[in-house]
Amino acid sequence: MDSESTHSGYSYSSRSGRSNRHGRERHKVNNSKDSSRSERSVVINPPDTPSHNSHNSHNSQDSPVHNGEPLPGEPGPPDPDQGDETQDDNWGETTTAVTGTSELSLSQEEVVGLGKSPEDRVRACRRYFPLALGLALGLLVVATPLAFLLLPVALWADRLQACGAACEGLFLSLSFKLLILLVAVWALFLRPSRAGLPRLCAYRGFLATLTLLLTMSYWLFYGVRILDPQDEDYHGIAQFAVSLVDSLLFVHYLAVVLLELRQLQPCFSVCVMRSTDGETRHYNLGRLSIQRAALSLLEFYYRDFPLHNPALLSASKQRTAKQLAGLKVYNVDAGPGSTAGAQPANSSQSRAMVTAAAAKRKDSAHNELYYEEADHDRRVRKRRARLVVAVEEAFTHVRRMKAEDERATPADIMEVREAALAIFPSMARSLQKYLRTTRRQHCHSMDSIQKHLAFCLVNNMSPKAFLEAYLAPGPTLQYGPERWMADQWTLVSEASVTGGVQDGSEFLLRCLDFSLAVTVRSIPYLRMTEEFVDPKSHKFTLLLQSETSV
Amino acid sequence: MSFIPGQPVTAVVQRVEIQKLCQGDHLILGFSIGGGMDQDPVQNPYSEDKTDKGIYVTRVTPKGPAEKAGLMMGDKIMQVNGWDMTMVTHDQARKRLTKKKEDVVRLLVTRKSLEEAVKHSMCGYPKQ
Repeated sequence: MDSESTHSGYSYSSRSGRSNRHGRERHKVNNSKDSSRSERSVVINPPDTPSHNSHNSHNSQDSPVHNGEPLPGEPGPPDPDQGDETQDDNWGETTTAVTGTSELSLSQEEVVGLGKSPEDRVRACRRYFPLALGLALGLLVVATPLAFLLLPVALWADRLQACGAACEGLFLSLSFKLLILLVAVWALFLRPSRAGLPRLCAYRGFLATLTLLLTMSYWLFYGVRILDPQDEDYHGIAQFAVSLVDSLLFVHYLAVVLLELRQLQPCFSVCVMRSTDGETRHYNLGRLSIQRAALSLLEFYYRDFPLHNPALLSASKQRTAKQLAGLKVYNVDAGPGSTAGAQPANSSQSRAMVTAAAAKRKDSAHNELYYEEADHDRRVRKRRARLVVAVEEAFTHVRRMKAEDERATPADIMEVREAALAIFPSMARSLQKYLRTTRRQHCHSMDSIQKHLAFCLVNNMSPKAFLEAYLAPGPTLQYGPERWMADQWTLVSEASVTGGVQDGSEFLLRCLDFSLAVTVRSIPYLRMTEEFVDPKSHKFTLLLQSETSV
Repeated sequence: MSFIPGQPVTAVVQRVEIQKLCQGDHLILGFSIGGGMDQDPVQNPYSEDKTDKGIYVTRVTPKGPAEKAGLMMGDKIMQVNGWDMTMVTHDQARKRLTKKKEDVVRLLVTRKSLEEAVKHSMCGYPKQ
């Protein structure tokens, strides 16, 4: 598959993968490709200058060095397996890392889209409504005690009884408690939200309502008991204000317990399975609503699951397609009038015949699979061996500059990027071939490989450490925002998503290419009994078997 | 050779009389014993019942007095000169066998083949 290219350039195909993703964005870039095309590669020559050629210790035909700059807008010389892939000329804009690190942050597209369609406006309103409400409530909460204290001074200052040290003590405690409340609210509520969930969190709604009720009832009492009769006891008014702040601090304590502490104790064991390749992980969760549990599980997904690779899945589909492909059932006897009634019987009959014929073919299918897999394993191992040797050799050519090297010619002393660029071509070909064999070439762009190489050189890593990133698929998060698909998750659940997770709950987290099936089991109630062992009770006897001759 | 605790032990025994041989200033009998109340009965290779803590003959020196008298390896010693050997410790057994004042020991030993021989001989005769 690699030998047909006359140049051994490095394939830079993340562009095509990215354009696939954006083909399905709501902003409708016009691409009608399916995900299996992401494995097609586009070749781009690395930006190597002739002055570094002298550092390469291999044949020039191996090194992907070409004259001229790479042309980012066009592919390289035509690649036979590229086919009729249309070019995405917008890739310059789409390469910016704008996609969902935080669902609340505005991306470029969304700023543009805010004013455009009514659907977007509704969505934006939905997103910012809780924030606006929270801010309003916060302002109300902070202003109320101050208003309680200032209104009497503003309205009937002459009739107020001056109170001495006790009031000042109350003012001090009020100000510090208000400060503590502000810091606590900032710590708990004013964090950037990490996700946009489908429904309002029940606890937050409850807490907001409680705070509002509390404040309103305090205002009511204030209005009836203090404003109306114009109470002169300032000490009492100050105590009233301080009691409000105390109550608000306790409501904040309740918020900490409900929102943060309650879900810490694990009581459910959750099994998450990816639908395409069956990767399964198990996690322990506490008492959460289904949507928040889904959020935690997605965060674990991004950390633990290896990157979803559609290229690895086409093989089994091809096999099943081949089995059923050659078998078509024609009903020769169906007359024109009887087709409607004969349809159901026809389809079941034809299905039965097809499965019977397919069963006969199965003998060759499993044989094929066995030999194909053995062959593939051998090829991967061979390529891997070549890659390891090439990388080790490349790493021997560069080392950190020591004191005695300062007298060396300045042309040999390089920055880390230049050093990485210098040794990269010797391993590029074997790396590209290895990635092609394991079908992961679309995950790593040339730029990212060079960056990783520079990182390894700076941190004195061994060649094996450098290679680890490419030998196994890592978690999704390390591959750059175009792979995250962070705004495309749908929670499919039969139970209400704000209801709590129960034993036996099942729900689905659907993405465009695959879905994650989640099953919940509760951790059993463990009953532990105690057995006391007296330390003096450890006594031993010797069992001998002696033989005496008499 | 298994026994029921609390019940008298019955066994088919053979009387073996060994003359002690004088070797230097010791009197030796020419065999080795193993087992005893203070020993681990599980490790006894000759016993049928692995809870049997009796004294067993583990080795018989060739051409010694014991072999001449007909003692065999694996025999369980039931009595020595009238003293019981089924419920003694290893050291007590050794002492009873190596008394300097006696130069003859009369053992009652039992082995599996004795039981079987008796059984076979009894089957041969019709009941009278």
